[in-house]
Amino acid sequence: MPDSETVSNNLKHHFANLEQQTATSKFGMWLFLATEVMFFGGMFVSYLVYRLSYYNAWVAGSQTMEITLGATNTAVLICSSLTMVMAVHFAKLGKRKLTAIFLIATLVLGMTFLGIKGVEYYKHWVHHEVPGPNFHFEHEGNFDPRHVSIFFTLYFAMTGMHALHMVIGVGLLSWLLILNALERFSAEYNSPVEIVGLYWHFVDVIWIYLFPLLYLISHRHTG
Amino acid sequence: METATAPVEPKTNYLNADYGIKSWLLTTDHKRIALLYLISITVFFFVGGFFAMLIRLELLTPAGDLVLADTYNKLFTMHGIVMIFLFLIPSVPAVLGNFLVPMMVGAKDLAFPKLNLASWYIFITGASLIFYAILTGGVDTGWTFYTPFATTFSNTNVVTAAIGVFIVGFSSIFTGLNIIVTVHRMRAPGMTWRRLPLFIWSNYAASVIMVLGTPVLAITLVLVALERLFHLGIFDARLGGDPLLFQHLFWFYSHPAVYIMILPGMGVVSEVIPCFSRKRIFGYNFVAISSIAIAVLGFLVWAHHMFVAGISTYAALIFSILSFFVAIPSAVKVFNWTATLYKGSITLETPMLYAFAFIGLFTMGGLTGLFLASVGIDLHVTDTYFIVAHFHYIMVGGMTTAYLGGLHFWWPKITGKMYPESFSKLSAVLVFVGFNLTFFPQFLLGYLGMPRRYHAYPPEFQVLNVLSTAGASILAVGFLMPMIYFAWSLQYGKDAGPNPFRAAGLEWMTSSPPPTFNFDETPVVTWEAYNYDQIDAPNEGVKVAG
Repeated sequence: MPDSETVSNNLKHHFANLEQQTATSKFGMWLFLATEVMFFGGMFVSYLVYRLSYYNAWVAGSQTMEITLGATNTAVLICSSLTMVMAVHFAKLGKRKLTAIFLIATLVLGMTFLGIKGVEYYKHWVHHEVPGPNFHFEHEGNFDPRHVSIFFTLYFAMTGMHALHMVIGVGLLSWLLILNALERFSAEYNSPVEIVGLYWHFVDVIWIYLFPLLYLISHRHTG
Repeated sequence: METATAPVEPKTNYLNADYGIKSWLLTTDHKRIALLYLISITVFFFVGGFFAMLIRLELLTPAGDLVLADTYNKLFTMHGIVMIFLFLIPSVPAVLGNFLVPMMVGAKDLAFPKLNLASWYIFITGASLIFYAILTGGVDTGWTFYTPFATTFSNTNVVTAAIGVFIVGFSSIFTGLNIIVTVHRMRAPGMTWRRLPLFIWSNYAASVIMVLGTPVLAITLVLVALERLFHLGIFDARLGGDPLLFQHLFWFYSHPAVYIMILPGMGVVSEVIPCFSRKRIFGYNFVAISSIAIAVLGFLVWAHHMFVAGISTYAALIFSILSFFVAIPSAVKVFNWTATLYKGSITLETPMLYAFAFIGLFTMGGLTGLFLASVGIDLHVTDTYFIVAHFHYIMVGGMTTAYLGGLHFWWPKITGKMYPESFSKLSAVLVFVGFNLTFFPQFLLGYLGMPRRYHAYPPEFQVLNVLSTAGASILAVGFLMPMIYFAWSLQYGKDAGPNPFRAAGLEWMTSSPPPTFNFDETPVVTWEAYNYDQIDAPNEGVKVAG
């Protein structure tokens, strides 16, 4: 379909023009991301409070993390942010094929992340590190294993919430791919790609904070 | 003014544009969604009120004779949850805000109409879960879900209710997000920030709290549910968790939530007072900025709910001082409303009566809030009826009164019909008298040491409790009356015309009820807000619709 048609088909009735509509959608997503920051903020505060209270248990918990897997996942996500940027870029140029390629690449990288995360969860499960009745932690050093359970509770809550956001992101990418295949986007109208891009970057940024906090900063310490 | 001489054909408006059930349930028109909210929260208000009546009936006598102690715990819990999350939080923003924000800024709709409709469905989903929890045995934790009771000891439907509140929270986030984006991006040409009605400023401030505060409550309730389901130790001291952390996270939302409940009400009063004094509001800039100041300061005072919970003395000191600071912007508003009245041509129409009730009751509630912000007095009256009376003066005396005032003020705009003037004045008086009779004795009860949340009490407190219950009956009549005459007015009310109060504001410059896209053509604003001097000037009534 011609580009002008994508504009008239997508301009909502209550906006004066497409610029206003695009600016409005972007602003809405930024505001939603502010909500998300506060959502994760509650868990970051809990992390901080308990890390200060139970430092040794935090070190012990952190040392069970597999840095290789975590680092791989970090690299995967950073690459996915790059491919997302490329998808947005080509969407703005109106190049549907390249947009599709980079959206698929982002999608695959996102799934890779979730797969690796699943492997990590499985290992924690096998090692009885999932909080609950089966939780069991080898007791060495000056800390209470129940406090390690709090570490793992927060670990699963934070990475679990993050993974949930990744799953939603994967859904959004699939939706973009369908719209793209239906030729709904053009050089003039492509704000959904950009807005999902914002969301995707945000989810990456959350991980950029989770990785050092959960895997790195206590790892070498011999508390 | 309305100069319609010959009967004209009824104009197509948002109500008669389409009649099918689908045209309501799948509507993206902000005005219709506002009415969906109006109907839902009216039902919830009377459910919450029913619980309140049972509480007051139990407290009529000192002995716990009407309900069991456990039932009583469930009653006050469900009264709190229903009234706060299903009535007060959505009341003005989701009903009047939804209806008026786009009209006041001169837009055709909110920025995200589908998100707006989704927010109502999310609201109803969460509310259904809460009602499922209520009908299958109730909850007894208090609306505060304090741990470890909520996570370890309570045998009631805590998780279902918490998930319900979690879901309802997202509807409030989406409403807030929509309002903020609309105010930023959808204003009509010429509608600068300093020409915005103060109703917009205060709903904007409340929306900021909804967007930034609600997610913290959401994640806190997720952690409570996880802890309860899987016996984790996040907030359970036996497992090394910290119950105080729960209180901090909970009040980080739930104190600012008080301002979600009161700020939009202040917005209503800021519209009503200038209209019925025929004057520009005194100190527009100060009233506008004080809304933002309340929203910002409101985020910094949460621990005043925890003075007796074992926080450090220094923390208590800081939170006490910060709590005093919130009184400043609140007082700025009260003084400016009062100053607006000075030398105004005041008429006592129903919305104005409600606005006066608001100012008086809010001032009482606010001043007793200062008592509670002082650590020493708070230690004495914490968890007594003094607290109960204080926050009901804000929530019922303030917000519910403002909501009713606003509903009367904009009812002609929403429906195109006038409410009956004498009945509505009577209802305003009954609400004011009934309210004071219900809650003023509770200040005395609390000061004398009657604790809250008990179903029995020593006989010496009975006289004041009987007064309170008697007042509650009057209050109930005051609340039921508008229900009846509003419904009556739909059929028999006088036609209102576009602007029955000769009020300023874009929403009055279109027909009543408004057309689906609000304005026949996008308005261009060239005047200040509350330009009553221009409206009332002879031969210059051009700024009034008609």
